[in-house]
Amino acid sequence: MKNFWRRFSYNRGAVIGLFILTLVILTAILAPFVFPQSPWKMVQRPFLPPFTDNALLLGTDALGRNVISGLAHGAYVSLLVGLVSTIVALAIGVPIGALAGYFAGRTDDALMRFTEFFQTIPSFALAIVLLAIFQPSLMFVIIAISIVSWPPVARLVRGEVLSLRTREFVEAATLSGLGNTQIIMRHILPNALPPIIVLASLMVAQAILLESSLSFLGLGDPNIMSWGYMIGAARTVIRTAWWLSFLPGMAILLTVLSLNLIGEGLNDALNPRLTRKTQ
Amino acid sequence: MLKPINLIASAMLALALASPLAAQDGTPKSGGTLNVVIQPEPPSLMLGLVQNGPTQMVGGDIYESLLRYDSELQPEGQLAESWEISEDGITYTFKLREGVKFHDGTPFTSADVEFSMDKFLRESHSRMRTYMEHVESIETPDDLTVIFKLKQPFGPFIGIFEPGTAPMIPKHIYEGTDFASNPANNTPIGTGPFKFDKWEKGSFIHLVKNEDYYMEGKPYIDDVYYHVIPDAASRAVAYETGKVDVLPGGSVENFDVPRMQAMENTCITDKGWEYFGPLSWMWVNSDNKPLDDVKVRSAIMHAVDREFAKNALWNGLGKVATGPFSSSTRFWDGDTPDITFDPEKAKALLAESSYNGEKIRILGLPYGETWQRWAEAVKQNLSEIGMDAEIVPSDVAGWNQKISDRDFDLAFTYLYQYGDPALGVSRTYMGSNAAPGSPWNNVSNYQNPETDKLFDEAALMANPEDRKAAYKAVQDLIVADVPNIWMLELGFPTIYRCDIKNPVNTAFGVNDGFRDVWIDRD
Repeated sequence: MKNFWRRFSYNRGAVIGLFILTLVILTAILAPFVFPQSPWKMVQRPFLPPFTDNALLLGTDALGRNVISGLAHGAYVSLLVGLVSTIVALAIGVPIGALAGYFAGRTDDALMRFTEFFQTIPSFALAIVLLAIFQPSLMFVIIAISIVSWPPVARLVRGEVLSLRTREFVEAATLSGLGNTQIIMRHILPNALPPIIVLASLMVAQAILLESSLSFLGLGDPNIMSWGYMIGAARTVIRTAWWLSFLPGMAILLTVLSLNLIGEGLNDALNPRLTRKTQ
Repeated sequence: MLKPINLIASAMLALALASPLAAQDGTPKSGGTLNVVIQPEPPSLMLGLVQNGPTQMVGGDIYESLLRYDSELQPEGQLAESWEISEDGITYTFKLREGVKFHDGTPFTSADVEFSMDKFLRESHSRMRTYMEHVESIETPDDLTVIFKLKQPFGPFIGIFEPGTAPMIPKHIYEGTDFASNPANNTPIGTGPFKFDKWEKGSFIHLVKNEDYYMEGKPYIDDVYYHVIPDAASRAVAYETGKVDVLPGGSVENFDVPRMQAMENTCITDKGWEYFGPLSWMWVNSDNKPLDDVKVRSAIMHAVDREFAKNALWNGLGKVATGPFSSSTRFWDGDTPDITFDPEKAKALLAESSYNGEKIRILGLPYGETWQRWAEAVKQNLSEIGMDAEIVPSDVAGWNQKISDRDFDLAFTYLYQYGDPALGVSRTYMGSNAAPGSPWNNVSNYQNPETDKLFDEAALMANPEDRKAAYKAVQDLIVADVPNIWMLELGFPTIYRCDIKNPVNTAFGVNDGFRDVWIDRD
């Protein structure tokens, strides 16, 4: 653990990323306490510019809603969507990849053709189609994002498992009479974990971007204040009130950037032999 | 290669150029293309089957009716050359114009009038169905004469002969077919100044000049493009960059209006809506609990901050509605029970009511950002008096479907009033007009025998003073029952380049076809 942290902190960017992400997480957790009022509440005249009213630090939007409150509540939505859809995507992708890699042969062919079926459709287009079929609600947004983001996980896990299954410790486990499930769960997957963790951190970022894009297009849950929604609603007034799109845009940028930096740091920390900096 | 007709057009253009003084005085020039925004894309152009805003706008170029109406709602001849109303108010005799042809070359005759009014529209047009109940018989003694015999006097009857209400449909194409599934619906054929040419779904609708139009020299312009631009900001940019020259009311965001107005060569008018008197409201699905409780409906009525919506969302345009009648509609009465914004009163009413924390589903109108924001504002208004509300997203087709199926609790809409309560108001509140399946009838399923009776009687009264008294009673009764949440009388500015002449010269504005439009450009 100490080693891990040392290697992680060698990467300055990763530390900055972790710092930003911590701030975002704190914001999300504290939002309901700091801004107990609904972010939809119309509190002041519309289009109040930032820094004109101390109670409404970042001003108000087209309906006189508190922008800073929207940003804070939006942080919660973005993180929730990012985390949950990544977990769901892992839950789909890891077993498929593990089975394909471990059993190889026909199982592999079948599962990989199935995966490719999803991979060949551009993920954003597929997410739009899925949401057009479902009622756009937070749950379906998460489901749609999960469905479009699991194939890379499956491919990655398959590759890792394929290379691990011929190692001696697996053969030893087989010889000692362990079942397939136990071998996969206990011996193979733990060794495949580092790249999955790195990928997962990037997937969270990807999911946040996807959710924002969908909300921007008006395909998100109309009852939930998210950053993408804020940009989408503000884009029509970008000439008169640019800050309404700029602020949530910055929030998305920083969050996604921080997750990418962390992903890089994790990569350095978990795969020490592959990194340049720690040499 | 110039087609003969282009030669004529060029010759006319040459004449126009030869007399520049006359041109300055406003002698129309021929030629040119008109680029107009259409929002949203209409589900169909067959005006006899679909009558929502965008369909009326494009369909109004293709289809015509017997009359049209000026901004004071006075009738002018269109397909009818002259008309006569007998003194007892029972017999309406129309003399049709000679030499009128449908776009496929078939002559337009009294048989088409009879078919349209008696068969087609009676079947497909819920508003027309109620009007036609007043008609005893339609006679066509010759090809150019139509005689309507009414059962009893019906004052508003002379006001129904406009394209969105009574479009003239070609009998030879539709007779004996299933109207709704006739393939000709995709290539609509009327008598209007423009012919359907092409519809690139999601992109544009192209209409071309009807070369055989029966009015000498008209239409002046060669063709019309209706551009489908789904995003409001892009529509504003399309005007700014010159891609489109006319922004019909409601096509740009209200907060962009002042910016457009400040541009060079830009004119703006709020005329052209006199006949429609667009009134917005939320349907209340009174078949669902707890909305069957008048106290819940009243609470919602008092909870909704309409003045705020007008100022924040509609740029201060329009008026806060006082009830089911728009103030531009005849027999409007401002002295109705109080329905002003009063959250405290709303809370008190809600506390007395049968409301038990049920989730109220608000169906927004999918006509752009302003409406979306409005649904959000209402949701917030309701949550402030302690109601749990959620917004149900939908597209235009889904909205039509959900309203038709009565699958909503509150649903935004706006409808036209057609100048007279018997034409534009009673349809929304008559108990007999409440069958599911139409998004334009008595969607709230308001059932009140007393108002039904008053509406019925008032429509048939000969004396306007009597009608006024009856409609006053109707307004008091309906406002007290709050079957719908009345929002705003909408103010829709039409924005256009000043060198586009006559885009709005009747009570219908741009919906009335571009028959008289000409472009003063070199």
